[in-house]
Amino acid sequence: MELICPAGTPAALRVAVEAGADAVYCGFRDETNARNFPGLNFSREELRTAIAFAHSRKVKVLVAVNTFARAGALEIWHRAIDDAVDAGADALILADLGLLDYAARRHSGQRLHLSVQAAAANADAIRFYVETFGVRRVVLPRVLSITEIAAVIRDVACETEVFVFGGLCVMAEGRCSLSSYATGQSPNMQGVCSPASHVKYQESDGRLVSRLGDFTINVFGKDEAAAYPTLCKGRFSTTFGTGYTFEEPVSLDAATMLPGLRAAGVTALKIEGRQRSRAYIEGVVRAFRRTLTALDAGEPVERADLSAMTEGQTTTVGAYRKTWR
Amino acid sequence: MPLSNSTISKVPPLLAMAMRPLPLLPLQPPLALLLDSVRRRHPGIFERLGAHAGKRFGLRPTDLPFAFVLEPRLVRPRVLAVRHLPADLDVRVSGPLAGLVGLVSGELDGDALFFSRDLHVEGDIEALLALRNAIDDAQIDLVGEALSGLGPFKIPAERFVQNWLRPAAWN
Repeated sequence: MELICPAGTPAALRVAVEAGADAVYCGFRDETNARNFPGLNFSREELRTAIAFAHSRKVKVLVAVNTFARAGALEIWHRAIDDAVDAGADALILADLGLLDYAARRHSGQRLHLSVQAAAANADAIRFYVETFGVRRVVLPRVLSITEIAAVIRDVACETEVFVFGGLCVMAEGRCSLSSYATGQSPNMQGVCSPASHVKYQESDGRLVSRLGDFTINVFGKDEAAAYPTLCKGRFSTTFGTGYTFEEPVSLDAATMLPGLRAAGVTALKIEGRQRSRAYIEGVVRAFRRTLTALDAGEPVERADLSAMTEGQTTTVGAYRKTWR
Repeated sequence: MPLSNSTISKVPPLLAMAMRPLPLLPLQPPLALLLDSVRRRHPGIFERLGAHAGKRFGLRPTDLPFAFVLEPRLVRPRVLAVRHLPADLDVRVSGPLAGLVGLVSGELDGDALFFSRDLHVEGDIEALLALRNAIDDAQIDLVGEALSGLGPFKIPAERFVQNWLRPAAWN
């Protein structure tokens, strides 16, 4: 299985390559990709240089243009697709039907991957993208069990990529409006969930209060690990009591699931975290490279302890092993 | 307040106490030299900072008796050592010295330090993220640049500092 690693900056890309990535994914410094954070991402020139570096190490670069194009501003997204192809991207990661159509017509032969933002979670939906636009790989939403992934793979004629580590969206990706509700901005359109411009932290007497727009997302006691101020992982008071209404602040770590994912026929394993530092990328990529090497050698798969890197300092295998709670 | 499982090294309290009466003025020339060196070697920082380069950042090592005010402007950037952070800052960041240096040097992850409550942030989070991302991309050898004036003593001094900066769990 291939190891697909994140890079928010050229320096992070070089670290990912050195740490053992088979491919690195990244995006331009604008609203065309779902990690449009301040100070992050690549200029056109940086992308060109980064691709040349990665290719010199036999590592592929996948460029995410995976937000949904804004009406009246299509040229921004079209230019991103054209420039990524021109820079030598090994694949484009797209979600928007119109952009898939544009890329397939304008750049026939360019390898296209379907972003997790498209939320294609069943064989019929995936077949549509494969047959209509020639999509070669689909990034599966983080809502499927391994049994369901195996069933999808049996019924489709394209490669599959699944997330194995990092931030965990618990909603149907590309459809979630929680961030929009609180701030008017979302990963789907502006490329940012819970934008930093709307985040406030306040700490007093050991208690940390996190706010997003007009909403208090959480109050962390002095002995609690902190988390991102996202509505889906907020702690709220409702008629059912006070607690985590949707999901607790946890991150995905599916290292122990790798044998099952390989048996299911998964092509590639994806690490989330383009917004994270070089230290995160080096630590996580090296750990998963070691695990994959052990798996290929038929040795027992041991999970590296990466919990210090994770939101809430807690990990889960997510939907890969569904249990009742 | 960091969690009890924090592995970030702290300046020994006795050493911090001994530093308390020292004047801050002698810190200014080496700080200015360090910032000038960073500005010359890593001009890409300012492009990534964009409009946030005009913001004022307060950096407070929680285990030292002084703090810093950083103004990362493209023209005449400035860093000042102060006893207490002024009120009119855009961003305030505090944490152990080793955590702050580790962030700049790329040895530590800012989000992880935030999750473990080692790092405390207040103010304009957008500006803070821009600074964090710009610095992470710049690959600044902060310790090496800060000790560059030590001549033949640079290498042993650097080794000592790097060893101290390394999180306890790594030793």
